[in-house]
Amino acid sequence: MELVYSVLGVLFPFEWMDHIFMKNAFLAVLLVTPLFGLLSTMVVSNRMAFFSDSLGHGAFTGIALGALLGAVSPLASLIVFSLVFALLITYIKNHSRTSADTIIGVFSATAVALGLMLMSRGGGFNKFSSYLIGDILSVVPEDLSSLAIVFILVTIAWAFLFNRLLVLSVNAPFARSRGIMAFFTESLFASLLAVVVAISIQWVGILIINSLLVLPAAAARNIAANVKQYHAVSVGTAMFSGITGLILAYYFNMAAGASIVVVASTVFFITWMLRGKFLK
Amino acid sequence: MKLFSDVNMHVHCGQLTAIIGPNGAGKSTLLNAILGEVPHTGNLHYVDAKGKHTGHPVIGYVPQHLRFDVSAPTSVMDIFMACLSKRPVWLCSSEKFRTRVTEDLARVQAEQLIDRRLGALSGGELQRVLLALALDPMPDLLLLDEPVSGVDYNGHVRFYEILDELREKEDMAIILISHDLRLMAKHADQVVLMDHGIVTSGTPEEVFGNPRTQEILGLVPGLTYEKEAR
Repeated sequence: MELVYSVLGVLFPFEWMDHIFMKNAFLAVLLVTPLFGLLSTMVVSNRMAFFSDSLGHGAFTGIALGALLGAVSPLASLIVFSLVFALLITYIKNHSRTSADTIIGVFSATAVALGLMLMSRGGGFNKFSSYLIGDILSVVPEDLSSLAIVFILVTIAWAFLFNRLLVLSVNAPFARSRGIMAFFTESLFASLLAVVVAISIQWVGILIINSLLVLPAAAARNIAANVKQYHAVSVGTAMFSGITGLILAYYFNMAAGASIVVVASTVFFITWMLRGKFLK
Repeated sequence: MKLFSDVNMHVHCGQLTAIIGPNGAGKSTLLNAILGEVPHTGNLHYVDAKGKHTGHPVIGYVPQHLRFDVSAPTSVMDIFMACLSKRPVWLCSSEKFRTRVTEDLARVQAEQLIDRRLGALSGGELQRVLLALALDPMPDLLLLDEPVSGVDYNGHVRFYEILDELREKEDMAIILISHDLRLMAKHADQVVLMDHGIVTSGTPEEVFGNPRTQEILGLVPGLTYEKEAR
């Protein structure tokens, strides 16, 4: 770890890099934002923005249950709950005639309400309020190693899953005729999203986590003409916003998660204005 | 929910079987049932030249309309790579694979479209690209659900010429849902009229000459005449 810190210090000889907490936060941003950039591409292409939003809301209940159970670590409980929550929505969506947005709306509202109910029991809601806006400056080296593991696993899963997801995003019966199992593929993607949202929610915050799953790809779609450009611009936007947002947050003493999102939306509006130059 | 019943038909290699019928007759559903998308009773038998049961044939499918987002950043090359390659599309493709896709597209006179976005293709171009995709790997049975709109007349003519060539060269069975009865009369070997079941089937002359066909579809008189005059 010391080695990594000194390398960072040499590479970025700026005042904001002098602090250990900024070095940790910087590394966390480097590990988490590319994942958001990757997953974002298919969240947007498969019109799952509302679904990913519900995952953030589901975290309310996940965190509350974790605190209630006590015995297991809060993060483990959150991940397990998010997985169950995501798979349940995907299952019911695929096995009922009710439209997807209604089902997601029902689950999302239930999870928020249940979570708030459990959290507010005995007037103890305040201790959970940090989850709402997140705090990336509180990342410690142990968190970084688990983020690194998640980073590697998600990248591998993405290589395995992406082609199927892409065909599925074009047309479901067509995907089926090419031997792609829609429900299985969708469930795997939902699980990946659930895990990434669950582990990053304490750094990014419930209120804004979904914007990181929408904005990078939304910005990329304005100017990308194929999948490679889409990925490059989406990941690039996520990382650029992450780093710029972190630095802004440091100098102006603001919430880092929110600053990151504001930078990302600025990138979106810039690419939106430029879209005519790239796409004909 | 029962959409149609009593559908018995034989489809032969090297033949084009056209399915016609009014809207909501169950034509597209029949193709989806063959694909296994729609639950159904009854069996599908695939038999080779010696009358032996073969397992699962390779089925190619060209959907009627792709309800995809036209702003999606997906190129023709991307969709080929996603369907045919294990390597994720966001990595670079090999030179060899690009050659394969160019050859696939050349089969339907579309090699110049390789780097175009799917959303920027015309109806006829998209149809040919999807056909090229359905032909790799070369299928034993090709299912085509023709778009109702979006393809101009010249596009249709070109498409049928490609199909004629394929049928001869590759000896595959083709089942096609069509709305263009004139082109059907010219190109199909067998025509099946569906309306919640099979109403009648046979050669184009037989089916178009059948009074039931005229009753269901309200055929223009003179269609059968045109076929004879050809």
